[in-house]
Amino acid sequence: MKKIVSKLSGLAGMLGHRFLNMIKYAGGVSILMGQTLFWLPIPPLRLRQIVEQMSKIGVDSLPIVSMISLFTGMVLALQSAYQLQRFAAEMYVAALVAFSMTRELAPVLTALIVAGRVGASITAELGTMKVTEQIDALETLATNPVKYLVVPRFMALVITVPILTLYADFIGIIGGYLVGVYKLGVSHAMYMKNTWDPLKYKDIWTGLVKSLVFAIIICVVACYEGMKTEGGAEGVGRATTASVVVSFILIIASDCFLTALFYFIGR
Amino acid sequence: MIEIQDVHRSFDGHQVLNGINLTINTGETTVIIGRSGCGKSVLLKHIIGLLKPDSGRILINGKDETKMDEKELSALRMKFGMLFQGAALFDSLTVFENVAFSMIEHTTMDRTTMKKRVKECLSLVGLKDIEDKKPAELSGGMRKRVGLARAIARWPQIMLYDEPTTGVDPIMGDAINDLIIDLHNKLKVTSIAVTHDMTSAYKIADRIAMLYNGKIIAVGTPDEIKATKDPVVKQFITGAGKGPITDGADFN
Repeated sequence: MKKIVSKLSGLAGMLGHRFLNMIKYAGGVSILMGQTLFWLPIPPLRLRQIVEQMSKIGVDSLPIVSMISLFTGMVLALQSAYQLQRFAAEMYVAALVAFSMTRELAPVLTALIVAGRVGASITAELGTMKVTEQIDALETLATNPVKYLVVPRFMALVITVPILTLYADFIGIIGGYLVGVYKLGVSHAMYMKNTWDPLKYKDIWTGLVKSLVFAIIICVVACYEGMKTEGGAEGVGRATTASVVVSFILIIASDCFLTALFYFIGR
Repeated sequence: MIEIQDVHRSFDGHQVLNGINLTINTGETTVIIGRSGCGKSVLLKHIIGLLKPDSGRILINGKDETKMDEKELSALRMKFGMLFQGAALFDSLTVFENVAFSMIEHTTMDRTTMKKRVKECLSLVGLKDIEDKKPAELSGGMRKRVGLARAIARWPQIMLYDEPTTGVDPIMGDAINDLIIDLHNKLKVTSIAVTHDMTSAYKIADRIAMLYNGKIIAVGTPDEIKATKDPVVKQFITGAGKGPITDGADFN
């Protein structure tokens, strides 16, 4: 009996500890978000750093975003054709690909790619700066680390991720087009008509709003994990993994929340 | 003058600073000695306001630093220069951008004046023609010297050195000691160094303070510390394997 009680209390303690850590994490991320918004309008703007980061995040991500969006568009077309051909309705593949890409897959896949590629690198860079005391050095040189390190990355991400998402929309639709026109035999004109006619502005802007939220999540989580890194190289590795895992979870969770929100707004 | 009054600080329940009292006079070089991990660097970070104490006060020229807001702290830090243990140079910037960092960030100085000042600071630490190099291309000793050049670039009134001779060979270590003395004489700054290198401590210090178990247990001139009767200080400065430090319950 004593053993069971002690095991149960151990379990309760562990759950309580995890819960407290979660609250602490949420608090830390919220404080960093608040500090970022506070420093955002304060000059200097650091345009050079923002452009540098945009190039790292946007231009360098183009090949992988292109490949994944193209294949996703093709797979979507093939999978939906498999169902639709039973009703001889293959021409609706175009609308299905366009809706799925703009509303859901382009924002989510782009965000996951950026979180894995860029979020991880931001955490590793800031984490290394933290463990080698470069962040302390910034403060001793009377420079706020949030202003100097987080704000340019934040600006670059919130500008670049929606642009990448628009690009992924386009490439995904091309992927669907290739399958629709060259494999399923839908005519060019019919495919284009079935893509653009049913597509509404709302489908595109809801996707872009999602991508903006995802960009904020990626930036704040990656920078927070980096700036609280401790324990040398091992700590940097741990923080980088945590950054990607937490970003992935938050992206998917907020996607679910935003999809529900837009669904109810649109009714 | 820097006055540290009854400063306490703990991390995760472990009391690192346990009532520190120390006064550092203007223009003096004070060396804080103590075993690795005893809280010397933590104390240094409290002095420059990177860490806040749980309780106690740190007065810089009479003003309590622990009660300052971000803006006041920023202004105060402009008076400090700090050399980090691993130099903490910004990897993504060149040597020039590192040394000129505070000028680029906080002044409207033109490029030519900046270049002149960077050259001047680098020559003060015995380096030249490395402005375009990245920190990764430099040796450990050179990185420390560039770190020192960066710290003195904006004419500090107070210099902090975190383990200035750790991680460099003995000859480079002595060269760094000479640099610290030279800078102190030329710039007339108040200097605080933390180290466990006694050769360095004797050479650069006007006064030595020993940190042990979160408290300052002895303060004196190098000669007074050498002649100490305190068994803890004696064991530390002689580097004896046996004594009250290693016999103590906290020895691990």
